Amino acid sequence: MTDDYIKHKYDPILPQKDEWPVVKLSKSRKEFVKKVAEAAKKRILEQIGGKMEVLKEELETTHYREKLRIKQNPWAVDPDDDYEFWNKVKSALVHLSADSTLNKTEKKKKYTEILDDITMRYAEEIASNFQHTHYKVTRSIVTTGFARLLNAARVKGFKRLFSNQYTLQDKIQIIGETEQLRDLASKGTIIMVPTHFSNLDSILIGWIISVLGLPPFIYGAGLNLFNIEIFAYFMNSLGAYKVDRRKKNLVYIETLKTYSSEAIQFGVHSLFFPGGTRSRSGKIESKLKLGLLSTAVEAQRANYQKGMNDISGKVFIVPVTINYHFVLEAPSLIKEHLSITGQERYYQEADEFSTSLKISKFLVKFFTKGSDISVSVGKAMDVLGHYVDQDGNSMDKNGRVIDTRDYFMSNGKINVDTQREEEYTNRLGERIVQEFHIINRVFSSHLVAFTAFQLIKGENKKMDLFNLLRLPEEDIIIPYETFKSACQRVLDKIFELKEKGKVHVAPHLRQDMDRIIAHGLDNVGMYHAKRPLVQDKDGNIITEDLNLLYFYHNRLDGYDLEKLI
Amino acid sequence: MTSKNSSKNKSIGVVGMGSFGTAIANILASKNPVIAYARRAELVTEINDKHSVDGNPIHENILATQDPELLCQSCDVIFFMVPSSAFMDVTRLFSPFLYPYHMIIHGTKGLCLNLPKGKKLEDLPDIRRENILTMSEVILKETVVVRVGCLAGPNLAKELSAGLPAATVVASKFNEVILQGQNLLRSDKFQVYGNSDIIGVELSGVLKNIIAIAAGALAGLGLGENAKGLLISRGMVELIYMGNALGGSLKSFIGLAGIGDLVTTCNSTLSRNYTVGYRLAKGETLEQIQATMEEVAEGINTVKLMKNFMESTKNRAPITENLYKVLFEDLTIEEAVQYLMKYPFNVDVDFL
Repeated sequence: MTDDYIKHKYDPILPQKDEWPVVKLSKSRKEFVKKVAEAAKKRILEQIGGKMEVLKEELETTHYREKLRIKQNPWAVDPDDDYEFWNKVKSALVHLSADSTLNKTEKKKKYTEILDDITMRYAEEIASNFQHTHYKVTRSIVTTGFARLLNAARVKGFKRLFSNQYTLQDKIQIIGETEQLRDLASKGTIIMVPTHFSNLDSILIGWIISVLGLPPFIYGAGLNLFNIEIFAYFMNSLGAYKVDRRKKNLVYIETLKTYSSEAIQFGVHSLFFPGGTRSRSGKIESKLKLGLLSTAVEAQRANYQKGMNDISGKVFIVPVTINYHFVLEAPSLIKEHLSITGQERYYQEADEFSTSLKISKFLVKFFTKGSDISVSVGKAMDVLGHYVDQDGNSMDKNGRVIDTRDYFMSNGKINVDTQREEEYTNRLGERIVQEFHIINRVFSSHLVAFTAFQLIKGENKKMDLFNLLRLPEEDIIIPYETFKSACQRVLDKIFELKEKGKVHVAPHLRQDMDRIIAHGLDNVGMYHAKRPLVQDKDGNIITEDLNLLYFYHNRLDGYDLEKLI
Repeated sequence: MTSKNSSKNKSIGVVGMGSFGTAIANILASKNPVIAYARRAELVTEINDKHSVDGNPIHENILATQDPELLCQSCDVIFFMVPSSAFMDVTRLFSPFLYPYHMIIHGTKGLCLNLPKGKKLEDLPDIRRENILTMSEVILKETVVVRVGCLAGPNLAKELSAGLPAATVVASKFNEVILQGQNLLRSDKFQVYGNSDIIGVELSGVLKNIIAIAAGALAGLGLGENAKGLLISRGMVELIYMGNALGGSLKSFIGLAGIGDLVTTCNSTLSRNYTVGYRLAKGETLEQIQATMEEVAEGINTVKLMKNFMESTKNRAPITENLYKVLFEDLTIEEAVQYLMKYPFNVDVDFL
């Protein structure tokens, strides 16, 4: 992967929208939902070993938790008949357990029917509402609207309102294996796995997918985002399906996984945020949520079982990192992170994107001021984490072509072994984390934040993290020269890592150190009311918010750079 | 799931026909045809013509070959039974012929160094976890095989060959590998346990060799059974600390592959590592001992690696450190024992 960004116009790989897998899926939405509900039911029955007693218990637990959710944590997006539906489930359950006229088989049948209703309802709720017309509108809003804002800010003079000198691609640079991605997307099924720091990521990635000429991907988006109209519109039109994190019952989780697995088998490209949620610490995700990822492994095996042994049945994992100087939600994310790890108090998921106005304000700021974003597309891998070549063949590290199908074979046959697939998912998760670190692109702001925080930490060796973060900000002053030489050491090491292919760096890190530092200080967390790093009048480095500094510092965690300070 | 009779007709591969490899090949051959890989041409001929290894008769179901490709083509399940010093090379030799459907179970109780290209152990300021590979990690690194397992436990080759009762542990992250190992090896005289902590089980087998050398030395000096009890229990503590530092779980160390194997090797003159310690105490030098031993005592290399590792990670391992000085520097065993008696261990058990 090269560090340099090449502005490029990509033609759509499938010009006819009717060829888009996601359009095909939405055309047969009804049957698909039914298929998912049916498969989820089968899967749950298999998991509980077909035992009626266990099924009864699962249903009762599900009902209990759903009632609790409705009472304690209702959301605007919840359907009106939520209460009614679960009441019906309850009375059916009560009836059934009291009914002594039915024999065991009949009872089991009845319980299965209740399960059927629930999986059907969940599948319907989860399923995406992709509509091509909305997609087109959204895409043009994003590209033309943002481009106007951008040019208004950058091009001087009267013509600026009509200028096309800058496009969104100048603002958001895409680097990496874009051609391979396009190529494989036209032949097999892609699972894109990006790092996740901000709620804007999903829109950003949606835009990137369209710029690269790819048909839309479906992805799981938190149901909470659908509470806000503007997001709901974007999400729906970008092909999002809904993930409700309040529902933690077995039936829901299995239905969700089935939805994902079936969609992949259908050939629809998907997007997983494998961290599950935004990275609260600011670190690159190191522990992935493996639930959805396991559906990729499962779908791959299912495709092989169906005899799809060529590239059309192959699932490709493409890691992507999004590199920022600035994360809008950083203050609240890091606060949550610290309160979770510090276990000081119970936390509830906060919604800092509470109003459409706030978001619009941010967008205007974002596009009219500096602070570039870059997106790195990594090499495609198979579900075992092997790189693949241009034709989608998996390769071992010596470049020998191997058949991923063989990993699902035992005694010459493909068999289902869930424990095996769990292990494969763990491996895949580890590989994705490795790739994230490799394709991550270091910015000046990461460098200055990392170095400054480590210097402060080094000055206070005896303090644990929480005491350290409680230091009064006005007491912390780093002399410029100390800071500069420490930055140089870290940067040298980063370039050394880059030579070994372990990380990437932004071109703006190839200037002299004073300019890098100035660039970094200008950009690190630039829109926050309290800036993580600034220079005082004597030119020394001070911080206005240590927590934020810690957040931006964390981006370079995991490269073993700490000992340099 | 793997069915019971799954591997009835397929041959099972055994790579390396040392004493342990031969013993395992014999056990495997009572249920399935076995194809054995041996490096020496005359050994291949001896096995195929006379059904014996160095004069000792073996099962007739065992065929030998020098061709890794043939072995890999004929077998889905392969047992790697080569010493750790040759493990990397043999794995690389087989790697081009191994495919993702293969399963590999190894029985090597040693460690490999994983150094940056062109560097030697002496060049590195310190040894970190990533510089040390267990044998399963070697397989994962060098081949496309993912379904990997290991064999460990008190399995003295001579006793196995004599058909005495014994048990072993098959460890793997994959249930199917454990099941496969059990199906292939289990018999009236050979019990097979499963464990999912493969790293812990491998480390148990590896680290206990250090204590075995020390036990041999104590016996050679004639220090008695009290001293041996002391050594085994303190050795166990040290083993657990080192094992945890390398990523194994406590549970595995107190299992068959850990304490089971430790007790066996610390009491047996059949053990190579024990013999090394014993002869050292009788006044021989390490060179003399190594020159006359037929097979490698893995413990010697392990002491060297672990001493460096524990130093680099700023941990103490008094038994290993002193053994290192005895083996590679000029400390006498008597001095080492004295040092250990003065060492301030004051808590009996502090790891549970």
